[in-house]
Amino acid sequence: MVKPFLLFLGFMMLQQAVQAQFDIAGGSITGNFKLEAQTYQEDSMIGAEKVAEKMRSNSYMNLKYSNGNFTAGIRFEGYLKTMLGYDQGYDGFGLANRFASYSGELFEVTAGNFYEQFGNGLILRTYEDKDLGYDNSLDGARVKIKPINGVVITGIIGQQRLYWEKGEGIVRGVDGEFSLNELIPGLDSSENRFILGGSFVSKFQADEDPLYILPENVGAGAGRLNFSRDGFILNTEFAYKGQDPSADNNKIYKPGSALLMNTNYSQSGLGIMVQYKWVDNMGFRSERGAQLNNLNINYLPAITRNHAYAFAAMYPYATQIDGEAGFQTEIFYKFKKETLLGGKYGTQVTFNYARVHDIQRKALDSLTVIGQDGTDGYKTNFLSMSDSLLNQDINIEITKKLSDNWKVILTYQHLDFNQAALQGHGGMVNTNTVIADISWRIKPKHTLRIESQVLFTDKADFAIDSLHSVKIKQDYGNWAMLVLEYSVSPHWFFALSDQFNFVSIDDEIAKNTFKYVHNGDDFHRNHYYTVAMGYSKGASRIQMSYGKQREGILCVGGVCRNVPAAYGFNVSISSTF
Amino acid sequence: MIVSVTFLSMCVLGFSQGGTQTIPSVDLKTMDGKTINSSTFSNNGKPMVINFWATWCKPCVLELSNMAEIYDTWAKETGVKVIAISIDDTRSMARVAPFVNGKAWEYEVYIDPNSDFKRAMNVPNVPHTFLIDGSGKIVWQHTSYADGDENELYEMIKKLAKGESIK
Repeated sequence: MVKPFLLFLGFMMLQQAVQAQFDIAGGSITGNFKLEAQTYQEDSMIGAEKVAEKMRSNSYMNLKYSNGNFTAGIRFEGYLKTMLGYDQGYDGFGLANRFASYSGELFEVTAGNFYEQFGNGLILRTYEDKDLGYDNSLDGARVKIKPINGVVITGIIGQQRLYWEKGEGIVRGVDGEFSLNELIPGLDSSENRFILGGSFVSKFQADEDPLYILPENVGAGAGRLNFSRDGFILNTEFAYKGQDPSADNNKIYKPGSALLMNTNYSQSGLGIMVQYKWVDNMGFRSERGAQLNNLNINYLPAITRNHAYAFAAMYPYATQIDGEAGFQTEIFYKFKKETLLGGKYGTQVTFNYARVHDIQRKALDSLTVIGQDGTDGYKTNFLSMSDSLLNQDINIEITKKLSDNWKVILTYQHLDFNQAALQGHGGMVNTNTVIADISWRIKPKHTLRIESQVLFTDKADFAIDSLHSVKIKQDYGNWAMLVLEYSVSPHWFFALSDQFNFVSIDDEIAKNTFKYVHNGDDFHRNHYYTVAMGYSKGASRIQMSYGKQREGILCVGGVCRNVPAAYGFNVSISSTF
Repeated sequence: MIVSVTFLSMCVLGFSQGGTQTIPSVDLKTMDGKTINSSTFSNNGKPMVINFWATWCKPCVLELSNMAEIYDTWAKETGVKVIAISIDDTRSMARVAPFVNGKAWEYEVYIDPNSDFKRAMNVPNVPHTFLIDGSGKIVWQHTSYADGDENELYEMIKKLAKGESIK
């Protein structure tokens, strides 16, 4: 328990040293840090395990020096040991990121670790997300040139971060973006705005496969168009990838492709969005054997709503890089003040619908099974869609201010989630979730927020034996949750929450069946309670909590990690300076 | 353990105010896809607020909604301008324009799809708010949001508008 805190003290001393030298040669040093530590107690009822170290901690500190056009930065990261739920490959402490960059009038050059995205990221996106333990930064060089107004050319070369090492593959790429209205004299005052972009990325990895002749250089290209006029915006990108047999696609030689289309229209009080996406065999990593969230060169966004409430996000959808076809639409509308539905303060309504299917795959010939390694795998038509539903999410959210001191957000969600296809177990899970989020300003600066959620799953047939089947709840069954959060602006917050798994099963047979499924254990109606408090001052924050964490999946931007059940004390401290 | 946490907390809070820092130069996107550089942010010598948020972040949306109700008054009394930086990535950046217009927010809104500006400004999490004085210096910042925090921010803005120091 002492180790991470000593580490943290070290951080503090370092920071003090930094502050003392705040103006080195006229430049300045800024940065941030975060330390999180968690103790682990055993709780066999929820599946929480203890760890030999009793406590584990993740931490980082960024330091940046800038002086005029010059910037340099480093980041220390420490995982002693890596908290449960993050990839344990991070164990250790050290310098995880360092870079230097110079930006002039004409160009900007960066050496060291950098993050870059070409267009929508379909063929290149390196980024980091600490909540996911995700960092696929490139270590190498980047040059960005702006020769004339309306043109940006970016070139990159490097190797990607893999925990404390680098991936074997070398990634190279170039991207160009052209704002036509700035380039073509007659178009500068046009209401039609056009931006065109194109990119090419290639990776190299030596072929040491004993069985197959694998392409050592794999190229991918993408083109994009952005058009806007009078509140209407269209953004579309198509990407194509050459032969790339890998662990992602079971070593098939089929090229990959993807199409993303985003359109939206909005005016004051009204917004409409429609998204379409089609993906076929678009896993693209800088090592063929890489798995999990490692060494991704590209990013394929999930086009479903990124839910903020716990139960609405209980079954999160993640992009299927092997293939998917789907769309999403969302409508935002504000009923104005002093109208029938608007009332005294106006009413905000958001409707969202997303549906994703698998693509349609046909066998190459009668002798080859679909996805057979060493072949082209399968045939598919561009924009094909199979009958296999992966995810359907319908949700509506109403935000209403009732008086100066009362505000309410009501949410309803219906979800059809193909757990068998997406998570490899169970069947279809159909849920109905209702959420009421009420805030009450008791007096100025004092607010109580009451969040209640309830989730019901449908019932599905469960075969006891070849002759009998019973209907039981899908997956974990029904859940209820209550959160009480009391905040005192600008410094304090206190919270109590409980998630309660009240699975209901039809009859005794079903109950016995369920016991059987759960290896003879009695079925427990588990509570997951948490108490938490936090204190913020300026750009610093301390938060402490004690309680139980439900096993689940945490997703940010469609990239997910498994969070195991945990029970214990958690503290997190962060600051920007 | 509690003692050490308390002690360390005090260390952290003691350091919470940074030194003189200006807005770094980073390329962002307008809602209709144009590239704009953060070094062009200005408000003619009046104070500016830069707020990092995302459409999927509940406290962020609450903060910007609460500020939207009084933004007119703020702007009239102090000339302050609020710039809202959305860190929505490719997954949800198409939501930003309909979301902002659907709520009839009047902020200047830009998108930081790969969090480049967020990193350059050392923002660990959203929401995170910066207050910038008339000469472009970052004079105050705040992380997280609790109902009513906008009042503390406004006290600072008023001081800046009067030419007083906020330290």
